[in-house]
Amino acid sequence: MARKESRFVESLGRYRLLIAGAILVLLVTLFGLVGRLFVPRDMAEVGAGRPAKPPSAEHLLGTDQQGRDVLADLIYGTPTSLEIGVIAGVFGVTLGALMGLIAGYAGGIVDEVIRIIVDILLTIPSLMILIIVASMLGAVSVEAMALIIAALAWMWPARAVRAQVLTIRERMYVQVARFNGASNLRIIIGELLPNLVPYLAANLVGAISGGILASVGLSTLGLGPMTRPSLGLTFYWAITYGALIRQMWWWFMPPIIIIIILFLGLFLMSQGLDQITNPRLQSKA
Amino acid sequence: MTIGYVVRRIGIFLLIVITAVTLNFFLPRMRATNPIESRMNQLAAQGGVYANQIQQMVKIYNQKFGLDKPLWQQYLLYWRDLLSLNLGVSLAYYPQTALDMIARSAPWTIGLLIVSTLIAFVLGTLLGALMAWPRTSRIALGLSPLFMTLSAIPYYLLGMLFIYVVAMRWRLLPVGGAYTSGVNLTLSWAMALDIGKHAILPAASIVLSSIGSWGLGMRAMMTTTLGEDYLQMAEAKGLKPQTIFRDYALRNALLPQVTSLAISLAMVMSGAVLVEVIFGYPGVGNLLFKSIAGNDYFVIQGISLFIILSIGVVLLALDLIYPLIDPRIRY
Repeated sequence: MARKESRFVESLGRYRLLIAGAILVLLVTLFGLVGRLFVPRDMAEVGAGRPAKPPSAEHLLGTDQQGRDVLADLIYGTPTSLEIGVIAGVFGVTLGALMGLIAGYAGGIVDEVIRIIVDILLTIPSLMILIIVASMLGAVSVEAMALIIAALAWMWPARAVRAQVLTIRERMYVQVARFNGASNLRIIIGELLPNLVPYLAANLVGAISGGILASVGLSTLGLGPMTRPSLGLTFYWAITYGALIRQMWWWFMPPIIIIIILFLGLFLMSQGLDQITNPRLQSKA
Repeated sequence: MTIGYVVRRIGIFLLIVITAVTLNFFLPRMRATNPIESRMNQLAAQGGVYANQIQQMVKIYNQKFGLDKPLWQQYLLYWRDLLSLNLGVSLAYYPQTALDMIARSAPWTIGLLIVSTLIAFVLGTLLGALMAWPRTSRIALGLSPLFMTLSAIPYYLLGMLFIYVVAMRWRLLPVGGAYTSGVNLTLSWAMALDIGKHAILPAASIVLSSIGSWGLGMRAMMTTTLGEDYLQMAEAKGLKPQTIFRDYALRNALLPQVTSLAISLAMVMSGAVLVEVIFGYPGVGNLLFKSIAGNDYFVIQGISLFIILSIGVVLLALDLIYPLIDPRIRY
């Protein structure tokens, strides 16, 4: 019994970064999900209260320049930003994993073409493309924005998966499966994919955090969906109406704090996953 | 370095250029609205022109800019204009050309970003090396979680915090801009001091939030290097720890970091659009933001092309020079 316990504590220590990060991310998610049980949606609309009032019993985080309740705006805005990040991350990593698997497993000319595409896209700063695309398309929906971000989020996962496939496919058990007459598809699904899961998990966390970062950045520039509250849109209005100059700290500080907790959580999660998948980083000290 | 490698690398560069130019040409045209028409409508809304004249003006301008020709002719004309360095005129600040506007804002961006990237690189690399070094004092190690936390914060949010705390509450440094507004740019110590003062906060937000990632990269490289045989050899010879750290470990772990530095310097142009916007810094990022808000298409196109080209050129040069610097790389 005691032995089992100590092993549990040990694995807890091994996963402590991952767990700490997951708790932070969960906190932010719950803030949006539980918050809406207490605060009605129309509090986040223009004119819900008297404009530009500091926190009070009626509006716990005060109101912005157009009379939105800041707390309600954040409760309904945080999930939007998370949603864009998750959609973009899942699509991006799926596409990347597929490309990486194909490139690594097929080799030859297919590999060469995919690698050139990846090289080109990695050269061009994606935020720049996103800014240009979003500004040309005009108003975009939440889903469209997520897909645009995903279209530029697959290159790193593709690279990582390709490199892994190249080493794994030469291992003994894959060779054995091949000699036993397993089809390519079966080897990919049965032998390669399970080994790639930890890498994909680390990549997914990175892609989600990159997706949220990109979406908040674009919305802050006024290039995101304007009809649904989001963290970036809150920054956009705060900047547009000079919240910094007017010293309306209750307006711009809370979203900054939410973003810091969220990114710190995602960062710790990716570090934790990295430590597990990359034994070289498990220093003796 | 083989001829094949050089040809392949230059081929990729040309592909990047063609892709960028083609996208740059077609993306705006995929929009249902005409750029000139939307600009005119915007002006009409502001009371600049009369709405009933718009159609006529749009027609005249379409002819002037060749927007009434078939698409393939426009595409070829676009290439011809680019090759003669003609990026078009600003629709918002006519008759200024897009090239002029970019040339005026580029030095601010380059100056701010290069200085802050270099500072972050030096501090972050040193921090990372110390984190991996077994003899580092606890105090130095205690600093690393702080920088890791800072690296999780986007540049521009750190910038907002700085503006509020340092500029607004403490009134220590200016809120924004690159120099005191209304002052003519002259070459003097007072001017340099003024520009420096305005650059501290934007630079600090970039430096503080990027130290952590430099540190992480260096720590990983340092950990690998510390396992090498020549390090044990150096230790066995009884060399001083400082010598081992500086000449044996740090120096060898540094090379991949320098590559990342070169890449970051190539990306300088696009590095901090949002920081420039928050601080009202008159660089390329801020110009892009204003052009988007003002539907100034030729300037937007010019900036995106300029950025992609500058990155492409620097990375090409880097890839061609690098094998000459590092004999371990063979293509």
